[in-house]
Amino acid sequence: MSTKNKIGIVIGAALILLWCLLPVAWIISLSFKSQEAITNGSPGFLPSEGGGAGWQNYRDVLADDQFLRSILNSIGISLIATFLSVVIATLAAYAIARLEFTGKKFVLTLALVIAMFPVVSLVGPLFDMWRTFGIYDTWPGLIIPYMSFTLPLAIWTLSAFFREIPWEMEQAAQVDGATSWQAFRKVIVPLAAPGVFTAAILTFFFAWNDFVFGISLTSTENARPIPAALSFFVGSDPFNRPASLLAAGAVVSTIPIIVIVLLFQRKIVAGLTSGAVKG
Amino acid sequence: MAGIEMKNIVKKYGDGFPAVNDVSIDVEEGEFLILVGPSGCGKSTLLRMIVGLEDITDGDMIIGGKRVNDLAPRERNLSMVFQNYALYPHLTVYENIAFPLRLAGKSDSEVDQKVREASKTLELDEHLERKPGNLSGGQRQRVAMGRAIVRDAEAFLFDEPLSNLDAKLRGQMRTEIARLQKRLGITTVYVTHDQTEAMTLGDRVAVLKRGVLQQHATPRELYENPANLFVAGFIGSPPMNFLPAKVNGDSVELPFGTVKIPADKAQKAQGKDLLIAGIRPEHFEDASVVDPDRVTDESTFTAKVDVVEWLGNEAYAYVPFEAPPEVQQQLQQLERDLDGESLRTQLVVSLDGASRIREGDEATIWVDVRKMHLFDPATGDNLTMDAANAGIVPGGNTMARAEQVGQQQDGVQPGGSQATA
Repeated sequence: MSTKNKIGIVIGAALILLWCLLPVAWIISLSFKSQEAITNGSPGFLPSEGGGAGWQNYRDVLADDQFLRSILNSIGISLIATFLSVVIATLAAYAIARLEFTGKKFVLTLALVIAMFPVVSLVGPLFDMWRTFGIYDTWPGLIIPYMSFTLPLAIWTLSAFFREIPWEMEQAAQVDGATSWQAFRKVIVPLAAPGVFTAAILTFFFAWNDFVFGISLTSTENARPIPAALSFFVGSDPFNRPASLLAAGAVVSTIPIIVIVLLFQRKIVAGLTSGAVKG
Repeated sequence: MAGIEMKNIVKKYGDGFPAVNDVSIDVEEGEFLILVGPSGCGKSTLLRMIVGLEDITDGDMIIGGKRVNDLAPRERNLSMVFQNYALYPHLTVYENIAFPLRLAGKSDSEVDQKVREASKTLELDEHLERKPGNLSGGQRQRVAMGRAIVRDAEAFLFDEPLSNLDAKLRGQMRTEIARLQKRLGITTVYVTHDQTEAMTLGDRVAVLKRGVLQQHATPRELYENPANLFVAGFIGSPPMNFLPAKVNGDSVELPFGTVKIPADKAQKAQGKDLLIAGIRPEHFEDASVVDPDRVTDESTFTAKVDVVEWLGNEAYAYVPFEAPPEVQQQLQQLERDLDGESLRTQLVVSLDGASRIREGDEATIWVDVRKMHLFDPATGDNLTMDAANAGIVPGGNTMARAEQVGQQQDGVQPGGSQATA
């Protein structure tokens, strides 16, 4: 029975993986084919005879200044937005979990309402406002909307984590001679680390994958992030889109997010297994 | 190190819940004080007011001659062991113990020396690099104590530190705490609901009921001279027997027969109709094993024994009896206050292990009348208390006052005692 179960689980997992990863695998396959092969039709997963491009597409993509610049934009904007969002959400969530103040429910509801707005409906007003403020096509012009759209989720996630931490941890720290700030920084934040990293990952995903803001609030490579940049990636012949180059670009732009998720995930696991309080 | 003086301390929560009511307790330098009482009696609240985790509504908290009402916990320089230990799970045992020192900005060498010293005292040396999550309950308890003793605090505060341990470990840790306190000679306030811990550990014990101080005395004084029914019923295991009694001259009429009590005791109980007599189980004995000189007709009675529990060194015999309604009501109320639920009124008699009394026997039982107490059923006061040997008993009928406070508390939070405790 148990071996049957195991076999079942393995087969099921394999099917799901196949289903999820097939497009990814296809993109990778495309990125190794030459442009001519794709134009002429190359239905096989492996490049046909003479249709392989080797690493040439990747070399071309990485030699492109515009592409490199947009990767830099994406990394910078996403990291800054994530950092600010997590810091602000941590403080806000702590207050919501620990303090009794009037309007607490209001703050939480408001946060949820913000998250419910369709992004597209705000793009128009933001476009006008940003141009007036002079932050159109700049990093802050993207960091601010990313932050405001990810804050609600981060606050909700983190306040749930803070509520799980026993009050007594903090009281013990205060009796041991800590100020409220020291107790927060040295005891509460490390204990909430899994929550902090969860919030960070979610925020980073949102900022990295966003397309609507990226394409609407930028006009040059000054601040254009990678998803928007890929859509402008037309190569030398505008009537013949370079599918293999695009595929290589997509693969390259996925690598940072995989690295970051792997890094953060380790932190989440470490935080979860660090041990309970009571016997 | 310093003494702690509580003067007329009052704690009223925002919703009007009166948790602690006009409690005055003086803890001398180096003294081991126990705060004891059933759940919801305000003992933990009082402790948290000493350490500064609860605001003080009214009264003065004086530590080492300085009024600390408005000081933050970290400015009071007290160390505390929490009920669930509150260890920092992300730090190693070493860093847990070092935490207060690091906050105080001590140098690495000083931290190391003090942590090693504390860990040696508590035999934690081989666990220093482990995380609290990998330790057993007793080890965590010791780490929590290490964190408390590592700095030179004015006083130690313990909030039910042994309640999460199993019975055997609890006994060992109890001795360990007593030994540590004697050696360090530091002022200690210890909260517990366990009367055994209270009796064995404390230099003095303060008994609280519904946030009202009932009696503040040495364990022996509490045991021999309880101020009222509540203290009498709380201290001692198995608890004191309460029987309806009528005093006539110097003879006391009990449900099983009439015994004579010493004249000075009888004197104090004159002029009252129905009283409650309190006799501890160990002050009864099988008449056949008592020295014949001490057995007289005036100090024995016969009763039918219902159940006998033989433990080897001693045996408990149970004798049911009927009580008049007014006494029964008072006793049931008392039982509820003590977190218990009695099904029937019965006499518990502790017999010598050599006694041959069996279940169903009609036994002759001797009672040590000198140790009998007589309580007023209306107020609960002990009429025969020897005031010179009863420690501090706040005036003004504390038990009845606790009763009033209890009604107020139930008015604010129906369902009785607080969730914490």
